[in-house]
Amino acid sequence: MSAAAEILVRGKAGKGEALVLTAPISFWGGVDPKTGRIADVRHPQHGEVISGRVLFLPGTIGSSSASAVLMELVHNGRGPAALILHEPDAILLLGLIVAREMGWETPMAVRLGRGVFDAYRGSTVKVDDDGAVSVAA
Amino acid sequence: MSLALSPEEQATAAGKDGAGMAMRIVAESARLLGAPRLIPICSAHIDGALYHGDSGTLFAERLVEGGARIAVRSTLNVGALDLTGCSRIRLEEPQRGMARRMMDAYRKLGCEQSWTCAPYQAGHRPAQGSDVAWGESNAVVFCNSVLGARTNRYGDFLDIACAITGRAPDYGLHRAENRRARLVFDVSGLSPSFLASEIAWPVLGSLYGREVGDTIGVVAGIANHPGDDALKAFGAAAASSGAVGLFHIAGVTPEAPNVETILAEPEPEAVIHVTPQMAAKARAGLSTAAVPKTIDAVAIGSPHLSFAEFEMLERLIAGRRLAVPIYACTGRHVLAFLEQDGRRKRLEGSGVVIVADTCVVVTPIMPELSGGVLMTNSGKFAHYAPGNTGYAVLYASLADCVESAVAGKPRFTDLAA
Repeated sequence: MSAAAEILVRGKAGKGEALVLTAPISFWGGVDPKTGRIADVRHPQHGEVISGRVLFLPGTIGSSSASAVLMELVHNGRGPAALILHEPDAILLLGLIVAREMGWETPMAVRLGRGVFDAYRGSTVKVDDDGAVSVAA
Repeated sequence: MSLALSPEEQATAAGKDGAGMAMRIVAESARLLGAPRLIPICSAHIDGALYHGDSGTLFAERLVEGGARIAVRSTLNVGALDLTGCSRIRLEEPQRGMARRMMDAYRKLGCEQSWTCAPYQAGHRPAQGSDVAWGESNAVVFCNSVLGARTNRYGDFLDIACAITGRAPDYGLHRAENRRARLVFDVSGLSPSFLASEIAWPVLGSLYGREVGDTIGVVAGIANHPGDDALKAFGAAAASSGAVGLFHIAGVTPEAPNVETILAEPEPEAVIHVTPQMAAKARAGLSTAAVPKTIDAVAIGSPHLSFAEFEMLERLIAGRRLAVPIYACTGRHVLAFLEQDGRRKRLEGSGVVIVADTCVVVTPIMPELSGGVLMTNSGKFAHYAPGNTGYAVLYASLADCVESAVAGKPRFTDLAA
């Protein structure tokens, strides 16, 4: 399974186990900025850790502090290996833009339709710096 | 369409100073959003001064070191500390020092020390039709919906970058054509007694957010203006459960004199007929605890309590001593009124913990308790408290919250939906 995804924010190519969220998430209040654990008890993936994973986001909701949580994860070395978004979320992705301005290494963020997310579930996924998303051997 | 910056904006963006960094952040966001240009703004509300970790402090200090200053009126949302000293924040060093440094950095950038998530009740009310850059999801939705000023949801960093540059991406809700409603949320099937109750607004807001997501809707079936506090509760709950940045209420909010005027097309894409069962289910969904024998605390004031809400609180407590604390979160603009007539002393004497400049879900104030149960009348607290505080939540009206705090156990008198 591979696809050429549109690059939303450039960053370092990454590889990790896919974490496919099945419901939209609010990063603020939904993800612990220290550990990367999904803290929202109402979220179906509650308890999973996003750090080092290739994170598939079907949607994002809620607070306008999502960018701060993502930037803090990046600064702590607890960020995802890559982000794959169904739709660009400027609030969330701003966390990557600002981290880059600060001179910190950021993961790639690319766009793929959520219809194909399931094909990556359970696999180790690679996101290249040209936006190619593929299942790693 | 690609982004075109004016020569002046380009020159700023090329700078190595704080203003240059701010302009690049605004421009990068504009590109991501597909905005063709930047537009001037006349006010900002900054959510970025809340400590989430050291990275945000380092960012704000980088701007200060780069000589940046805000170009438009900018109020500050809550911080992680109560600088008024009303409540004790359990934030330890080194986080405490970093949170303090962050608040100082935003002050040095020229922002007003408002420290409230309800700036619209603290004298910051931009004119209808004006372009502004506001952060904090409840402030954004109130600004758009109730004031009729135009803002997108500006997250941390972009809010201060817009305030420094005086610019925002020309996109989304800044454009009149994107502010019209596509859905009708019809509440005329609910009883007038439910609609007149305090819990109606946060409960309906939570349902509305879940039903409409980020689509703009118009609420039909509200006979009278319910007041700013009710709209504040509705918007905050809607922005917590869905990506709501703007709602209309026919006959109440300024852009919707009636349903027909505000609809984008002659016919709405859908009409959601709200039933009493839907409202009851939405209400139940705000609680995460099965009704327990005891409660550990009550939290109110998300968004921050107004002076009128404190008057209601005092009336309901009626001089009684509380068995468990009521954490009452507010801004320093209200604190001044509470100090004037001795109300603060009376409330604190009953066992109310007044929390100013911040609130109980953004910074550690309540004791860490495994299996703790928190009661609240706020749809927003109900949404965020379990993840942020570890407490399970019971949702109830303010009257029931007060009775439960007096008894130390849940009291529900008002179950009608």
